[in-house]
Order: sequence, then C-alpha cells, then structure tokens
Amino acid sequence: MAVLIVNGTREEFDVDPSTPLLWVLREKLALTGTKFGCGIAQCGACTVHVDGDPIRSCNTPFSAVEGKEITTIEGLAPSSEELHPLQTAWIEHQVPQCGYCQSGQLMSAAALLASNPNPDDAAIDSAMRGNICRCGMYGRIRQAIKTSATYYEVASTSELTATAQEVSGE
Amino acid sequence: MNKWTRRAFLSTGIIAGTGLVVGVSIRPGNRAQGLQELMAGEDETLVHAYIKIGADNVVTAIIPHSEMGQGVQTSLAQMVADELDADWDLVRAEEAPALDEYANFAVGKGFLIPDAKFPDIIVPSVDGALMQIADVLNVQVTGGSGSIRFTGELGSRIAGAATRQLLVQAAAQKWQVPESEIETEKSHLIHRASSRNEPYAALAVAASAMTPSYTPELKRQEQFKIMGQQVQRFDIPAKVDGTAKFALDVRLPGMLYATVTRSPVFGGSLIGTKDEAARAVSGVIDVYELPPMESNDMVGAFAAGESVAVLAEGYWPAIQGLKALEIEWDTGGNETVTSDKIFAQFDADISAAQDRQTDSIFGDADDVFSTAANIISADYRVPYLAHTCMEPLNATAEVKDGRCEIWIGCQNPLGFRQAVADALGIDAENVTLHNQFMGGGFGRKARPDYAIQAALVAERAGRPVQLIWSREEDVRQDFYRPAVQSRFRAALDNEGNPIAWENTYVDKHEPIEAPLIPYAIPAQNIGYVASPTHVPFGAWRSVDHSQHGFFTESFIDELAVAAGKDPYEYRVGLLSNHPRHLAILEKVAEEAQWSRPLAGGRGRGISLQESFGTLVAQVVEVTIVDGDISVDRVVAAIDAGFAISPDGITAQVESAIIYGLTAALHGEITIENGAVAQSNFHDYEAVRMDTAPKIETHIINSGYAIGGAGEPGTPGIAPALANAVFDATGIRVRNLPLNQFNLRFRVEEAGVVG
Repeated sequence: MAVLIVNGTREEFDVDPSTPLLWVLREKLALTGTKFGCGIAQCGACTVHVDGDPIRSCNTPFSAVEGKEITTIEGLAPSSEELHPLQTAWIEHQVPQCGYCQSGQLMSAAALLASNPNPDDAAIDSAMRGNICRCGMYGRIRQAIKTSATYYEVASTSELTATAQEVSGE
Repeated sequence: MNKWTRRAFLSTGIIAGTGLVVGVSIRPGNRAQGLQELMAGEDETLVHAYIKIGADNVVTAIIPHSEMGQGVQTSLAQMVADELDADWDLVRAEEAPALDEYANFAVGKGFLIPDAKFPDIIVPSVDGALMQIADVLNVQVTGGSGSIRFTGELGSRIAGAATRQLLVQAAAQKWQVPESEIETEKSHLIHRASSRNEPYAALAVAASAMTPSYTPELKRQEQFKIMGQQVQRFDIPAKVDGTAKFALDVRLPGMLYATVTRSPVFGGSLIGTKDEAARAVSGVIDVYELPPMESNDMVGAFAAGESVAVLAEGYWPAIQGLKALEIEWDTGGNETVTSDKIFAQFDADISAAQDRQTDSIFGDADDVFSTAANIISADYRVPYLAHTCMEPLNATAEVKDGRCEIWIGCQNPLGFRQAVADALGIDAENVTLHNQFMGGGFGRKARPDYAIQAALVAERAGRPVQLIWSREEDVRQDFYRPAVQSRFRAALDNEGNPIAWENTYVDKHEPIEAPLIPYAIPAQNIGYVASPTHVPFGAWRSVDHSQHGFFTESFIDELAVAAGKDPYEYRVGLLSNHPRHLAILEKVAEEAQWSRPLAGGRGRGISLQESFGTLVAQVVEVTIVDGDISVDRVVAAIDAGFAISPDGITAQVESAIIYGLTAALHGEITIENGAVAQSNFHDYEAVRMDTAPKIETHIINSGYAIGGAGEPGTPGIAPALANAVFDATGIRVRNLPLNQFNLRFRVEEAGVVG
C-alpha cells in the first residue's frame, strides 16, 4: 500500500510509483481541484505544496513524494468555515474568468506569501511566472496578492479571518 | 447548399429573408409542454421559459449560454432581474439544458441582421420568423460576442419584463384592484392604497398559468437599477476553492479513461496500427480505431480524419499506451506542405487575382493609382494560431440501451448533441448533454470532434469513459486561426491625405465586415481571392478581425508616417463622419496622454477597431531593452453602447488584450511536413505574469445599441503594439509574431541619431 498525507489526512492506495502525483490526486483520491494543463511543468495548473514547497504535480512521480505531506487547493482554506486570505482577495478582485488555472495560481501565491508576506512586483513576477492564465488575468492576480499581503500586515493571525470576511462583504 | 457555415447562414438567410414573415415556433415566453416538470425543482414555479420563482422568493434566471469565464450567466441574470424588479440578493442563475426549447434564437437573429437597429419593443413578425430559423438550425451557441447584445437584449430583458407583467396581472386579479395601481420592487408586489405587499412567490403559480407578452414595455436606461451596476459574479466563489466542476472533474462510478490521436498530417487516413506494445502497458485495457468524422453544423462545420484511442484504468497508462503505438497514416500528399509553401501560394494567388471577390468597392481606385504621384504598397502576413484553452479537450460519456449521456464543456450544446447522436446513429432526443464550466473556449469548443470521440469510445467500452486529450494533441489537432496574407496599395494627395485604398487578401471567413475601414478615403477596392490549404479552419477569438485589425490599423499608420503626420491626428482627420469612432479615439488619446513625450528607446502606438457592434481604441507603450520588447502599458477605451456589467467588460478587455498580445508577441503555428511543428507551452508560448503589461480600461456608455464584449478587445492590440515598435525603432512590423524580429541594431542606431 502506498501512503500519502493529503490536506492532513492519511491516504492509502495502490498505485504504479511512476504515476505523476497529479493523476494520483485526481483519479485515486478524487481531488479534482488540481488541474491538468500541459503535462510537462510548463503551465502551473497542477501546482500543489509538498511539505510546504510548491511543485508541479504533473511531472512529479508518486515515488518522489511518497509519505510526504501534500496540500492541494482543497486544503488551502484553514477550515470549511473560513477562506484563506488569498481566496478572499481573489473574490474581492473578481480574479477568475474561466477559473481553470486558478487552483495553481492560488497555490503558487500561497507559497510565495508563506515565505515573503509582503512581496514586491519583482517577487510576484518571479513566483508567478510559472503559472499561465490564458484568460490573461495577471493584473488582477497581482493586485489580489498585494491585497492579501495587507491582510497579513493589518491583522494578527487571530484577527485575520474577521478582516478577510469584512473585505469580502460577508 | 451542402454545408452550413456561419457565413453561408448569413448570406442565405438574408436572401431568403423576404419569404420569412410568418411562422412562429418557440418563443422565449412559451412554456413548452413538459418544461415545467423538467426545469422546476421542488417548491419552484416556471413562470416563464427563462424564469423560475421559488417558494422562498428566489428568482432563478435560466441562461441559454455557456460559461467560459466571460461572466455571462451573471450579466444575463442582471438583465432578467432588472426588468423583473427582482431583489438581486435573491437572484440565481442556471444554465439552460441542451434542449430545443432553449435554442437561443436571438443569436441567430443577431447574425442574420448584424447591423439592425432594434426598437425597444421588438417586431413580432420579424422575430418570429427569425426564431424559427434559429430553432430549425438548433442554435444554442456561445460565440460571436452575442450573448448580451442578442440573447440579453432580445431574450432575457423581454422575459424579465413579461414575467413582471404576469405577476402584476395575477396580483390585480387576486386583490381585485387595477393593474395600474400595482408597483413592483425587490421581488414584491405592492398596492399602497390597500397596504397590500406580497412576495412574487405568492403569485408565481397564478402567473404561470397566464400567457406572457412578447412585447412588454422595457425600461429606459435611466430606469435601470441592476443593469450597469457592479455585482459579484456567481461563478467566482467556486473557482477559488477547487469546487468548480469542469468537464475534466466529472467522476462516474466504474469510469475508465482514454486518450486519443489523429494523423499529425491533417486529414490523414489510417493504414494500420501496431498495438502490441501499447496493450502491454500496465493498466491499458483496449485500443480502438475510430472512423473519420464530419459535421455540417452551422457554427462548427468541420471534417477530421480517423483517430486511434487507448482505453485504460487511468490517464497515465492511457498516454503511455498511446506513445507505445505504432500507427501508419496515409497522408495523401499533404506531407510535403510547409508554411513557406503556403505563404508562397498565398502570394501567387493574390498576384493572379483569379476570381477576385469584392467586399467593398467605390470610387475609381484604378484611375487614382494611374495618376497618383505618391503610392504606398505593403504586404502583411500573419501565421496560423492555436487556441490552447487552459483545459485540454475532454469529455465523459456513457452509452447504453440506445442512449448516450455526455458531460462536456462546449460552446454549442445543441450542435454537439446532434453531432454525437449522428455519430452513434441514434436520435438527438436520446442524447443528454450536461454542459460544464469551460476551462477556456475562445472558439475551439464550438467543434464537436472531441465529443464524438468520447461517445464512440464509451460505446465500445460499454462503461463510462473520460476521454482526455494531451496538450500535444490539443496544439496539433486544433481548428486554427488561418494564416493570411493581405496586399495593400494606397495613394496620397499632395497634402498626404489618402485618396485611394486597395486591399487584396486570401480566404474570407467572418464577420464579413472585418476588412472594412471607417476612414474617409474616396476610392476603395477591398476584396479577396480563395487560396485553400489542408489546415483546418476554426473561429479564434474575434475571427477575421484578428488579422484584418492588425493589417488595416498598421497600414493606416504607414500612411500617416508617409504623410509626415501624427498617427492619432491623421486618423482623427479621416473620421469626421464617424462621431462615435472619434469619441472613442479621443478618449483613449486623452487617457493615455498621447502627446506627452517619451524617453529614448520607448515608443507609443495607437489603434481603432470596430467589431461585434463595439468600438475599442488602444494605446500601447513599449520600451526596447537590449533588443527585446517590454510592453509597459496598454490604455484601452471601449464603447459597447452600454455596459451591463462594468467590471465584466473591463475584465473582458483585459483578457482580450492579453490573448491578442500572446499572439502578437509569440503566436505562431508553423507547418512542417504537412503537420504542426509546435506541441506545448514551451514552443507555443503565452504571455506570463512577468511580461504582462499594466492595462487601464475606460468605458464609454454612448447609448448606441449594445455591442459584444468578449472579442472586441483582441484585434486592436497587435497593430497598436506594432505601431509602438515602429515609433521606438523605425522598424515596420508587417509579419507576426514580433519575436522573430531582432530590434537591437535599429535601437542602437536610433540612439545614435538621438
């Protein structure tokens, strides 16, 4: 039995270890929020976190991540009751169009903010250039990352949720 | 007529128009038998074919268009809700099922009479006739930037207003008061004199028994409460937490996976498949050869050759199996075709001008050219382009007991349903199509080849199958924005004013007006020659405007330069009879501070394009850094008549500009050995975060008929960019993409000159 910790839950299943993580998530675990876009790590639609680091799951064989902790878009929000600040900012700026690339965009942005809570334009360019959005919502993604960064600035962790809800008008 | 194309539909429709005065099939207000049972859930009443009202007073607008990120299901709901005086907080949207009753007749009408100015109250006889055409042709299309301007203006608003009228009638009967004394507000009916106030829900059942008007009184712009307001899109929350369901996310019990390939050389037929190695891949279940296919659907006519599919327990073994196949194709002589040969053919066909057809001819251009002293000539070219929607083509199908159920994201659900039925040899009524969110569309998802493949594989497998194309298949088996060459000649008088304009290009598609120009040039001769190739044609965001916008707005810039005039002022001088064009051009020049000087190595370019009933002007600013173009800023002004959803229009302009910019900077599908040379995002690149410009969008609500929004921002970016590159470097870009140009030398030269 192969083992993976996905969004905090231990999962066991049979799999050919050469299978890319993307297809394990989508087909074995029915976690379909992570998307297939190119299959060669060129578009970023399949971005997930492995032990906190963003990786492209479409060309990462399962054998390379076995037993590790994976976070997918389904696990980005702190709980089912509250959104991640980036998700709130994404709604505030009405970022997605078709929405297909957005799981990957959000996971790349979350990894960026985790290591750099107040990124400048160059840092955003560098962290986000691996994620293609064919609807071209780059300007809104940039603004939403910056807005989200202000949540970190103005709020302590405990106040974060309240601020985020206020911004989204909930 | 053997094949319906959108253009054939246009011309034959207009010719037949005189005979089309009677006959009404399904009107938007007509609740066809059984629709109530089908559409209304528990505690819901279908008051109108487009509108449900729930016991909780929730109004659900039924939207006969697909969502691919353009926000149509929200903006059409705004149109329904405003006319209905609904409480926006209690409004929801639901995509119409792929049923004949939801053929969006208005899109058919819009394409039939694209320039018609409709009165506030539509003319029933014309409408009825046109609806019949749309019904016969099973139109349920999302494309042509038609949703708001056609369905919204001619369907959703009528539905909202007619339903409001029914509710007022029902309340008047119940309360025994005159209709004229009843007011409507926030989904409530109010009779002030008797202090009565009831929610719509209380009268919905009574209203649903009445016949809705086809000609209700519509609001005037100053009465709008929801249209024109900033609202949050319904589809966005699910798109930030991974719960939005795209076709690729469909999961059925016992589902298998498949992937597929066609001949790399278009139209190739199968000689034989060696599949032993493929079948030996762990997880591979079967290998199928699928027949060639053809569809005559009005919006997606196409032909495609045979394909080979690998059925497996997952996508990964399926694609490993596919790579292990040895397939021999008969490529029918097309294996020697190259892009160079195609362009040489275009060049020769334009020169020969055999059977040249004219789009527009007036004045005597030949006569002007025979005596003019100052003649400017130029040939322009653009390459083939793929769509590369973020979501690779896929569909999930189950075929059993003579019925097919299919889950897919597509721009033409009724056309797809028919195509699948034809391929399976069953009636369309036995195909149920569940349309999902589309991960991009851009025109590609109007052609049902991938739906047919999924249905055929599922039929053979006898189990539900999700068919997924690889990105490589997506790039190499697209229906491409055609490569085009356009040859221009213009004559200038002594003051530099253009006195003749001649343009001959290859291969016309639609919209028919795409190559026309708004500028006052007294002699014009615009026409085309046929120059067929084996590369399949597809509609690509803005269709023919995508190439002709680049050609005409670059060439007018060349004339301004030849005349020694400022490109903006030169255009202004030729637009005195087009106040709407002038206004949008002046707006963009003002917002971009057109006359403000730029530093050395920087440049600024302008463009103006009318398409899909909407005007867009753009100013692009570039900096040339070490020979590379940095696109710093795009200022756009858009006049779509009236912005139903201002942020929605802004988002569409941003999107259209990045889509067109990707094409202008990088987009090039080349043909080598009869096949596409590119395969994925590493060699068919897209603009990314670090190269995306700052975009500023300014909206003018001119009050003209509402135009489209999804496509009109695309055509103008390439010419404004190319004109900016000329301004910065002196290099005139007549071929796209721009990445083939080495701009380094000329910039250094320009720097020396100062």
